[in-house]
Amino acid sequence: MDKNRVLITGGSRGIGKGLCDAFLSDGYEVLATCRDASQMTSKDKNLIYESLDISNPVSLEEFKSVVDDFKPSVLINNAGITKDNLFLRMSDEEWTDVLNTNLTGTFRVTKLVAKLMLKAKWGRIINISSISGIMGNPGQTNYSASKAGMDGFTRSLAKELGARNITVNSISPGFIETDMTKGLIDESLIEKIPLGRAGQVSDIASIALFLASEKANYITGQTLVVDGGLFMK
Amino acid sequence: MSEVLNKVVDIVCDRLSANKDDVSPESSFVEDLGADSLDTVELVMAFEEEFEVEIPDDEAERITTIQSAVEWIEGNS
Repeated sequence: MDKNRVLITGGSRGIGKGLCDAFLSDGYEVLATCRDASQMTSKDKNLIYESLDISNPVSLEEFKSVVDDFKPSVLINNAGITKDNLFLRMSDEEWTDVLNTNLTGTFRVTKLVAKLMLKAKWGRIINISSISGIMGNPGQTNYSASKAGMDGFTRSLAKELGARNITVNSISPGFIETDMTKGLIDESLIEKIPLGRAGQVSDIASIALFLASEKANYITGQTLVVDGGLFMK
Repeated sequence: MSEVLNKVVDIVCDRLSANKDDVSPESSFVEDLGADSLDTVELVMAFEEEFEVEIPDDEAERITTIQSAVEWIEGNS
């Protein structure tokens, strides 16, 4: 099997864009999704954008044939949303939207790809989680739950698919400079980070490249924390 | 032996490393032939490919023996 085709959800900006750039530079063919791909242009024939809303079953159904044609050897479940609010004020919708997109969306996208990987007897599934899921964060009961859920999903799936050479791992970023963290990263936060800075998308992308490579053949079911030392168990 | 039964037996014996002489239509993949859960999923995938059918997940769960596989395939082709 060609091991150089990667499907990256949420690839239009932030960590997703960093992932696209890194994998492209490393010689991969990249299929990137975002909710509205008509806004995206690619100058590289090895990078294509497709519209996909992972929270929408109809969108996923339509996307199935794209996946079957592309046959990704690597899947990066990166698409995710936040709808932060204090728990006592959090609406039912804010809770379910985040769980539905981040956790159920990941489940559904992975299902589309897992069968192809089983047939090929090789695959790399990388779930972009968050330290919020491990250490908690005020205002993020929904987001934390979805990311902690993702890590549990990672472990169980790793146990199910390991026999066919499919590894499943989570990457838990700390505070990475992107739209999602705009306004959250200040002096008081930086002081808590041993490495003294917020992370860059390239800090996450390089770990994803490693996990997708043959160098990580013996790593599965893990949650790799990439946070400059902010959180230590 | 029907052609479908023949092909199903071939696929099952190949994937589960079983002897044709040791299997019968009632043979259960898991209980008699030692299939694990991944094997059962892959068996269904192999049937789908060979017979060019799509077996929905909830119906795939009920295909646990050679006979049930043959019945589904013959009923849906």
